[in-house]
Amino acid sequence: MNPIDLTLAQLSARLEAKELSSSEVTGACLDRIRATDQNLGAFLFVDETGAMAQAKAADERRAAGRSIGPLDGVPLALKDIFCTEGIPTTCGSKILEGFVPPYDSTHVRRLKDAGAVLLGKLNMDEFAMGSSNETSAYGPCRNPWDTTRTPGGSSGGSAAAVAARQCFGSLGTDTGGSIRQPAAFSGVTGIKPTYGRCSRYGVIAFASSLDQVGPFGRTAEDCALVLQAIAGKDPMDSTSLDAEVPDWAAGMKGASVKGMRLGVPKEYFVEGMDPDVEKAVREAMRLLEELGATLVPVELPHTEYGIATYYVVAPAECSSNLARFDGVRYGMSKREEGALREMYFRTRAEGFGPEVKRRIMIGTYALSSGYYDAFYLRAQKVRTLIKRDFDEAFRDVDAIVTPTTPDVAFELGERSEDPLRMYLADVFTLACNLAGLPGMSVPCGFSSGGLPIGLQILGKPLDEATLFRVGGAYQAATDWHTRAPRIG
Amino acid sequence: MTLTKEQVEKVAVLARLSLSDDEIERFRGQLSSILGYIEKLQALDVSGVQPTVHAVQVDSTPLRPDVVRDSLSPESALANAPARDGNLFLVPRIIE
Repeated sequence: MNPIDLTLAQLSARLEAKELSSSEVTGACLDRIRATDQNLGAFLFVDETGAMAQAKAADERRAAGRSIGPLDGVPLALKDIFCTEGIPTTCGSKILEGFVPPYDSTHVRRLKDAGAVLLGKLNMDEFAMGSSNETSAYGPCRNPWDTTRTPGGSSGGSAAAVAARQCFGSLGTDTGGSIRQPAAFSGVTGIKPTYGRCSRYGVIAFASSLDQVGPFGRTAEDCALVLQAIAGKDPMDSTSLDAEVPDWAAGMKGASVKGMRLGVPKEYFVEGMDPDVEKAVREAMRLLEELGATLVPVELPHTEYGIATYYVVAPAECSSNLARFDGVRYGMSKREEGALREMYFRTRAEGFGPEVKRRIMIGTYALSSGYYDAFYLRAQKVRTLIKRDFDEAFRDVDAIVTPTTPDVAFELGERSEDPLRMYLADVFTLACNLAGLPGMSVPCGFSSGGLPIGLQILGKPLDEATLFRVGGAYQAATDWHTRAPRIG
Repeated sequence: MTLTKEQVEKVAVLARLSLSDDEIERFRGQLSSILGYIEKLQALDVSGVQPTVHAVQVDSTPLRPDVVRDSLSPESALANAPARDGNLFLVPRIIE
């Protein structure tokens, strides 16, 4: 068996038993990247030398009996939105071409402290704005199941790399579905934890009240092992929550859904959704029922306002956050002619791609004098209504189960000229961010065309444990998550 | 909802983006349809509803003890500067 086919948890056990070395598996991952990434475009930067040195150090620790824990020597990779000291970080944008951060994000530092081997930086939509990875200034990442299709976005590279067995897990970010949607499209597991579970320090900001970091893995257990290494209060981010980080991986061992009440919102089964998706998700729900859960109809009546709310709040916050890209301190700087003001206009015009400009424009409009109350303030009030829907539903259920997306992965180019149509496809993932809830996507089947389908599990604030238990119990009873795409 | 060319130009100036005529025309159409969609928020009654600024309640802004800690050295803070003069970021002239 090729070691790249192991799950993270299995690899961890083999490393512990000294049946495999980190240098061996890191080499196997780098071979796999070399063999497949020409077709996939998952990586924007591969740190071969650094990864092999980290692997060697992990092997030496283990040989000396000083191994650190389950991630010691495990090859992982990072969405290119995380600042990495000494390693280029572009956020998928030309405006950050050549930028080398002087510090590590909190997550990178915590993964290094846990002994993980960091293989490199993964492709993404520019500044995480997109649902297809096509807005990347460095070319799209492709879906390992069908390279004419999108892996999803914005964390497309993070999902594709795990699906293609290039790494054993990865980090992404999720502002409106950017972990769960690519996880669903690429046939892997991904979780966006509760807002504030993970620090945002060193993560290039998109929409600060929505952005949250989370892992991708082949299984829910793999995600738990990575998330528990990066979660927890960080003095560098005042919005990170001071809540205990449980051992989720231990808590989900042998987990059962017996006696659980799982909410099914009728608003998440809409006209026009792919019948294959509906069938697979209904099937998954039936299986959860067989495993002992009770399915309970719940209502989330403000669901239909989610997209409009999100596409005010997120662009408004993005227009403010991206004001920092001005050509003064880092990144592109167009200053050949004219004064300071010309430098701002030229740098931003040449550095940002069309989707980023579009969102900056929407946000600037929504925040501009005379429109603030009608757009931003009103959207924040509707956000309260959306949040209340969930508070109400969670009085009666332990978690909510829905499809992650209304469709399977679409073809590259299919929606790039129609931004509104692209936004509308985020309908099932956005509300979770607006309400700050944890959400997970697990593979639950394939379309007749062989494309993966995801089941979304939404939980109460800080109750990731229930998501891991539901995901773990479902994966113990199914084998969708074990299927691998044929590539390279 | 239809934006005028002048409205798009005004927003572009506020956003410090120089746009080509093509871009202005394309954004005029796209922003009009996106803002038109967003208008559905006007249909809801939000009187008496408090806005949600952060999804999870964070206890005001926490204060930390005011103690000296390590921070970036001037050299590493300036390492990505497009232009510098000693320990300063250099910018084009400000007053025209």
